[in-house]
Amino acid sequence: MAEIRVEKAVKTFGKVVAVDNASLTVHEHEFVVLLGPSGCGKTTLLRAIAGLGMVDSGRIMIGSRDVTYLPPKDRNISMVFQSYAIFPHMRVFDNIAFGLKMKRMPKDDIKRRVQAAAELLHIENFLDRYPSQMSGGQRQRVAVARAIAVHAEVLLMDEPLSNLDALLRLEMRAELKRLLAELKATTVYVTHDQIEALSMGDRIAVMRDGKILQFDSPTTVYDMPADRFVAGFIGTPPMNFLEGQVRRQNGAVSVYIGDYALKPIPEMVEALARYDGQPIVAGIRAENMEALSQPAEDALKVTVLVVEPLGSQNLLTIRIGSDIIKVSTHPDFRAVPDQPIWIRFPSDKIRWIDRDSGKTLIPDLGALMS
Amino acid sequence: MERKHAIFPARVGIIFLTPALLFVVVFLLYPFVRVFLLSFTNQTLLGTTAPNPEFVGLDNYQRLFDPDRWMRLGEFGSALKITAQFVVGSALIGQAGMGMLIAWAFYRKRGVLREVVFTLVILAWIIPETVVAFTWVAFLDWEFGTLNSVLDTIGVGRPDWLFDRPLQSIILFNSWRGTAFSMLLFSGALETIPPSYVETAEVVGATAWQKFRDIFFPLLRGHILTDLILITLWTFNVFTPFLLTGGGPAKRTEVVSIYTYRTAFMGRHEFGKGSSIAVVMMLINLALALIYLASIRRRRAT
Repeated sequence: MAEIRVEKAVKTFGKVVAVDNASLTVHEHEFVVLLGPSGCGKTTLLRAIAGLGMVDSGRIMIGSRDVTYLPPKDRNISMVFQSYAIFPHMRVFDNIAFGLKMKRMPKDDIKRRVQAAAELLHIENFLDRYPSQMSGGQRQRVAVARAIAVHAEVLLMDEPLSNLDALLRLEMRAELKRLLAELKATTVYVTHDQIEALSMGDRIAVMRDGKILQFDSPTTVYDMPADRFVAGFIGTPPMNFLEGQVRRQNGAVSVYIGDYALKPIPEMVEALARYDGQPIVAGIRAENMEALSQPAEDALKVTVLVVEPLGSQNLLTIRIGSDIIKVSTHPDFRAVPDQPIWIRFPSDKIRWIDRDSGKTLIPDLGALMS
Repeated sequence: MERKHAIFPARVGIIFLTPALLFVVVFLLYPFVRVFLLSFTNQTLLGTTAPNPEFVGLDNYQRLFDPDRWMRLGEFGSALKITAQFVVGSALIGQAGMGMLIAWAFYRKRGVLREVVFTLVILAWIIPETVVAFTWVAFLDWEFGTLNSVLDTIGVGRPDWLFDRPLQSIILFNSWRGTAFSMLLFSGALETIPPSYVETAEVVGATAWQKFRDIFFPLLRGHILTDLILITLWTFNVFTPFLLTGGGPAKRTEVVSIYTYRTAFMGRHEFGKGSSIAVVMMLINLALALIYLASIRRRRAT
């Protein structure tokens, strides 16, 4: 049983608040990713869970035990560091065996555990080597093998893939995901790479300035970002934002982008009606807009600035009023800079964001019933 | 970055080098040759052999290593033995041990205590020798010394340090005096160890001793070797104990540097014999320096 519960954790370094009242629960066997830009407090939070830096206030539970004031060794965790922390003076075998040796496990058991961990990571043929004789990817595998060899309930990983080159990272990403699913360890994984977070996590906690802004499944975080920061941080390209004006006419609510009227879905009408006469931000992802080469009644005429053919899609940069947005189209879509095209906005894909608070408006589910 | 073209032509370079070379020749090379030649003569400051020294071959060296006499107090073998005890006690155990202990205790720690300790240790290192020697004589004095005042108060009594335990006294003194170098070297070396190594050990619950044995010691082995060789070299040549004990009482603290001094510049002023001791010391130094250089070269290679 190893659920992790962080309750109202606060950690400051001098005047800097690194973790600001963060709470989160990681279920048993769950893979949670802490995601955020550098300096957002994600590593500090991970280290607080590990016990490598005590929180100033708040509580940390692992399983049913309150570990807030316990040293790392009594928390039943293991950790993979960004720099791997592989000891250069030890052979791979001794590196993987390090934790087991410190716990004075019998030699035969150590051998069996090391062998098993090495096989899981496909490095069983390198056990006699020194780290200097291995590639970055192989060292990374040693670091993971060392962490899993101790059979801890909780596995903590601090940007384990960020020192690898792009291709290797892609490969290790899938392999780690498979491995962790197999091990069923409760895992907290820190990264600043949103694609890594989306592709690996069961749930993602998006952090900024020490606060957890959103803690949801990857699809929810991507589809229904809690605020403008999350929307702009996640996705390649990030979500587009358009400035609009809410107008209420004859009971119907529309959002005007210039002269063009966006019709919100029924669930949003009530929430938007409160903004009557005020500005609002419409957020929409590049792949959710429809680009047309011919005029259509419900489509907005725009001018193409840049065309980027990316193989699986064409990425268009277009200007709407003072906003510049990205639209992804089918690779067969013909577009030339400075020529007009027409864009259609599916209203169910638009997220409405309060311009001042940056918070996404929550759809009124009651509207569906009535 | 390798420079392909020299800034100056070689001839200009030699002009710049000349003053330094002149110094080396006058103050190092010439005395060295002179001492080497003197060591084969019976030159003294006074007496008949002062104006007319004779070539005596290896006589001086034979006298140094005369198996019947050389281990007696005040002879060369005894001086070597005392020096060895002095080096092992004050350099290898005292300075290196204390230096490592202090560096380790303050590893990745900041704060007032660290600054105070480091400053005091470095202070002991940079204060002029005569001043330091005087304070230690005062500190160890039988009747008025600080140490004995304290010991007497707590009921230990008043040992006569410089008379009853002269070797221990100079070992203690030299440990205190020179710990700074080892401390600075080790604390610098410790800083090069990534914190994640230590944290890895902490996560698996390694004890302080396990951390030292399995992580710090193997990673610092090169630095430790460098330190030990350097402080051995320096302590072997150090003359400061003379200021505390004058080599006594009864020549029980006569290390080789003091023995050389006494032979050449006191009593009968035997320049010839003194020179032969100097030559032997030089050879021992050379051997240590070669070991040092070899160890550095091996570290670079790995």
